[in-house]
Amino acid sequence: MKLLPLFFTVVTFVITTHVIAQEKVNPGGLETIRGASTIDETRPAESLKRVIKDKNPIARNYVHQPPVVPHQTRGYRVDTNSNKCLNCHSWKYAAETGATKISLTHFETRDGKTLSDVSPRRYFCSQCHVTQADAAPLVENTFKPVESLGNE
Amino acid sequence: MLKSLWTFLKSPSSAALWFILAIGFAGGVIFWGGFNTALEVTNTEEFCISCHEMQDNVYEEYRETIHYANRSGVRATCPDCHVPKKWTDKIVRKIAASKEVWGMLTGIIDTREGFVDHRRSMAEREWKRMKENDSLECRNCHNFEYMDFSEQGNRSVKMHSDALASGEKTCIDCHKGIAHELPDMKGVEHW
Repeated sequence: MKLLPLFFTVVTFVITTHVIAQEKVNPGGLETIRGASTIDETRPAESLKRVIKDKNPIARNYVHQPPVVPHQTRGYRVDTNSNKCLNCHSWKYAAETGATKISLTHFETRDGKTLSDVSPRRYFCSQCHVTQADAAPLVENTFKPVESLGNE
Repeated sequence: MLKSLWTFLKSPSSAALWFILAIGFAGGVIFWGGFNTALEVTNTEEFCISCHEMQDNVYEEYRETIHYANRSGVRATCPDCHVPKKWTDKIVRKIAASKEVWGMLTGIIDTREGFVDHRRSMAEREWKRMKENDSLECRNCHNFEYMDFSEQGNRSVKMHSDALASGEKTCIDCHKGIAHELPDMKGVEHW
């Protein structure tokens, strides 16, 4: 008879741990783009995408879209000391290098004042211009690019 | 006593000529071998980064670049780019580089701030050196004659077949700051 409380204690303990354990691995029915995974597990990272090596300009999808970068940009520093992109894309060198010139909007401050060189707010190229990789869209969509911009 | 020593020095030695020559030869081998070994020790990455000025600044910057981290596992270490391979040129460079010891002793680039402040003058010295020797250290590995333009990107082909082929430009004219951060480039040609 003295064993009965002990028996109950053990049973309660087992049930509690079981419930806690179950709660720990319950994903709540949620599935992200990276797939279903439980909170207590770390999924392996996706393999890195490969940046496209060197292609001709890629057509824009919509008006005012910043053109994307169709070449590698590894090691191209853009900081207060130097801007590697402007080595080719600045007005000064674009003709010589055959690169696309930066648009004149890059010379404007946010108040619409035109400066004699690139405006600080437009200096950091990769804020808008993205180097392209072999990455397929994560979510299917029905977006159609604008035809007038050279898209087929 | 003094007189006997004088006669000893004055009189021809009875030791065989081949013995003296052998000693001279062995001494020469030891001295020359030791000299070159010591020289080679100063030509390693470990030696370069044994000073914190190199370890904390240029070495850390270089570790992010293609000459350190790449797909093929080939690395160009400090002396590959900064010391000529030919012996006479190497000696000249080594003597010139002894100035760095003075820099180390006086602590001119002792801190990051000090290093950054002097980066422009140090970079200019290196650019000038490479311009003058037609980017010799680059060409130790990157031989223009061996370049396959069909394997290069559009932009590379354009530049290499034009400015580089004609000898108008040399590697360092365009490829500045490929292994280390750049100083303020204001006033530098084509920047």
